[in-house]
Amino acid sequence: MSERYRPRLAVWKFASCDGCQLSLLDCEDELLALAGAVEIANFPEASSAVAEGPYDLSLVEGSVTTAHDAERIHEVRKQSKFLVTIGACATSGGIQALRNFADVNEFAAAVYAKPEYIQTLATSTPISAHVPVDYELHGCPIDKNQLAEVISAFLAGRKPQIAAHSVCIECKRRGTVCVMVQGTPCLGPVTHAGCGAICPSFRRGCYGCFGPMETPNTAALAAEWRALGATPQDIFRAFRSFNAAAEPFRKESEAHGV
Amino acid sequence: MASKTIKVDYLTRVEGEGALNLEISGGRVTSAQLKIFEPPRFFEAFLRGRSYAEVPDIVARICGICPIAYQMSAVHAIESAFGASPGGEIRVLRRLIYCGEWIASHALHVAMLHAPDFLGFPDAIQMAREHGDIVRNGLALKKAGNGLMRVLGGREIHPVSVKAGGFHRVPTRSELAPMAETLKRARDIAVDLVRWTAGLPFPEFEQDYEFVALRHPGEYPFNEGRLVSSRGIDIAIADYETEFEERQVAHSTALHSVVKRRGAYHVGPLARYALNFDLLPGHVQALAREAGLGPVCRNPFQSIIVRAIEIVYACDEALRLIADYEPPAEAAVKLEPCESTGFGCTEAPRGICWHRYEFDADGTIRRVRIVPPTSQNQPSIEADLMAVAGTIVDRTDDEIRHRCEQTIRNYDPCISCSTHFLKLSIRRS
Repeated sequence: MSERYRPRLAVWKFASCDGCQLSLLDCEDELLALAGAVEIANFPEASSAVAEGPYDLSLVEGSVTTAHDAERIHEVRKQSKFLVTIGACATSGGIQALRNFADVNEFAAAVYAKPEYIQTLATSTPISAHVPVDYELHGCPIDKNQLAEVISAFLAGRKPQIAAHSVCIECKRRGTVCVMVQGTPCLGPVTHAGCGAICPSFRRGCYGCFGPMETPNTAALAAEWRALGATPQDIFRAFRSFNAAAEPFRKESEAHGV
Repeated sequence: MASKTIKVDYLTRVEGEGALNLEISGGRVTSAQLKIFEPPRFFEAFLRGRSYAEVPDIVARICGICPIAYQMSAVHAIESAFGASPGGEIRVLRRLIYCGEWIASHALHVAMLHAPDFLGFPDAIQMAREHGDIVRNGLALKKAGNGLMRVLGGREIHPVSVKAGGFHRVPTRSELAPMAETLKRARDIAVDLVRWTAGLPFPEFEQDYEFVALRHPGEYPFNEGRLVSSRGIDIAIADYETEFEERQVAHSTALHSVVKRRGAYHVGPLARYALNFDLLPGHVQALAREAGLGPVCRNPFQSIIVRAIEIVYACDEALRLIADYEPPAEAAVKLEPCESTGFGCTEAPRGICWHRYEFDADGTIRRVRIVPPTSQNQPSIEADLMAVAGTIVDRTDDEIRHRCEQTIRNYDPCISCSTHFLKLSIRRS
C-alpha cells in the first residue's frame, strides 16, 4: 500500500482551562480514526512526540495575556496553512478578559503575595487581535461535534457548516419550552448557537457561553430582562462573563454599568 | 564529574504549561525545579463583586478537566456560609456526578497520558498500534464517565446543572437507567485495567509521604469529611489555614503549599487510598491486594494502579447510587444570603481542592481563596524529582529526562488550574 499524504494537525494552547483541546480527546469514538486520517503532529497535551511545522491546520485554544504569547502566536501563524481558534478564550478573550475592565496590577496584588513576579499584559485579547484567523469556533467550551465538522471541512477544502443563528432556534428544534415566557431571564436570543440549547433544557436561562450571535439585538433583550424583574446589575453581570470582551456584549454591559 | 543542567522545555501529556530544570553537580542532583509558565488568569480577583449564584459557572472555567471539583467545593462553601446543608437525593446526585468526573479524568490519565510512559510510547495513539485494546477500553471508560456527566450536567466540560443549593434540574429514574448498563460494562473494563496496570514495569522507589485527604466516617471521600493526614492531622476543613500555608521559596518561582510544622505533603489517589483503604468495599480491597498493593502504597509510579482501582470504585458507587435513586421533590434548597464566610473542600481526581469565600449581606463576594490540588503537590513533585534523578545520575540525559517527566506525570498534574503557580521568566527552545 502506498503511503498517502496525511494532513498535519497542530493544537496550541494559550491562556485557557484546556477544556477546548480536551474536546478533541473527548471524541472517544472518532479519535483513533482521526489519528489515521491526519498526522497529529503537535499536540503536547496528548503526545510527547512533537513534530516541527509547517502544519496544514492549527487549532488554537486560549487568549493572549503575556508579551511572550503575543510573539508566539505569530510563529504559530507562520507555520500554519489554516488557523482556527477554538473556544471563547481564543475567539473573544474569555473569562480572563474581565481584567480588561480592571487594573491588572490590583488583580495581581489580590491573588499573589509577590505581584511583582507576575508577568502579564493588562488585557486578555483574542487571537484575531494579533494575526489573521481563518475560522473562529465559538463556545466555552466548544461543542465536540462542531469541532469534528470544522476539522473535516478544512481538510476537505470546504466551508464548515456551522449555524450562526441564536440559541432560540436550537430550543425550538429540540422542543424546549421557552424559559423567558416562564419568567426566567435568558441570553439565548442574542447568543450564538452551537451548544444545542443545553441550559434551557435544564430549566435555566442561557448564560451566553457561546458569545454573541451575528447582529444580536442586546438592547431589546435587556429591556425584556428588566420587564422580568432583572436589575441593571443582573444585566451588567450577565453580559460581563465568558465573552465579556466580545463587542456586542461589552457594549451592552457598559450600558448597565454599576 | 562536571556540572550540567537537564531541561525539559515543555512538559507533554499534562494539562497546562510547565517545564523542568534539573541541576546535576559532582554526580549529585543539586536542584530540581518544576517551572510553570501557565499565564495567571486571576479568578480570585475577578470573583470579587460577583454574586454567589454565579460562582459555580465561573469556577468551572478554572479547569476543563475537573470542572465538577471546582463546582462542588464552591457550592459546599456557599451553603456552609449561608447555613444550608442540602442532603438526601441532592447529596446523592452530587456524589454521582463526581463519580463521572473521576471515571473520565482517571481513564484519560491512566490509558492515554500515563501508560505510554511505562511502555515507551510517545502517546496513546502510537501505543494503540500494539495495545489497541487498552486504548480502546480506556476511551470506553472515559466515555462512560463523560456520559454520566452529560446526563446529570448537560455536557462533560463545564456542566450547567450544578447550582448553589442543589441543581437547576434533576434527572428522572428513567434518564439514569441506561447509564447503569454502560457502567456495568465500564466496571468490568476497569477491573481488567487494574490487572493490566499491575503488570507494568515499576521502578523500585518509595517516598515517606505525609498523605492528606478527606476522611468521612462511612464512605470513601468525594464531597465531605474531615481533613486528615498520615502524621496525625485531623481537622475540620474550615481549619485548613491553621495547619497549611503557601510559601514562596527562594529557589522556585512557584507558591508551595506546605504543612506549617513539617513541609511537603501529598494529595490525590495515593493519599485517599492510604487514608481510606478500610472504607473501600471488600471486593475492591481484594482487587487491590491481587494487584500487589497493601493498604498503603508509597511508590508514586504505582499511582496508575490506584487510579484504576478508584475507577472500579467509582463505577460501583455510581451503580449503587443509581439503583437507589428517587428524584427529590425540589431540585435545590432555597438559600438566604448573609454576611458570612464559608469553606468547601472536596476530592478532585488529583486531590483536595479547598475554597474559602467571604460574602456581603446580599451574597456578593468580598474575598476568595482557592487552593487547587496541583499547587499542594508541587513540593512533593520536586522532592520526588530529586530522589528519582539521584538514583540515575550516571544515565544519559535522555533517560534522566524521560524518567523525570514520568515522575511529574505520576501526579496527573493539572497546571491550568493551579491558580497559584508563578513564574519569573519564560524560557523556550
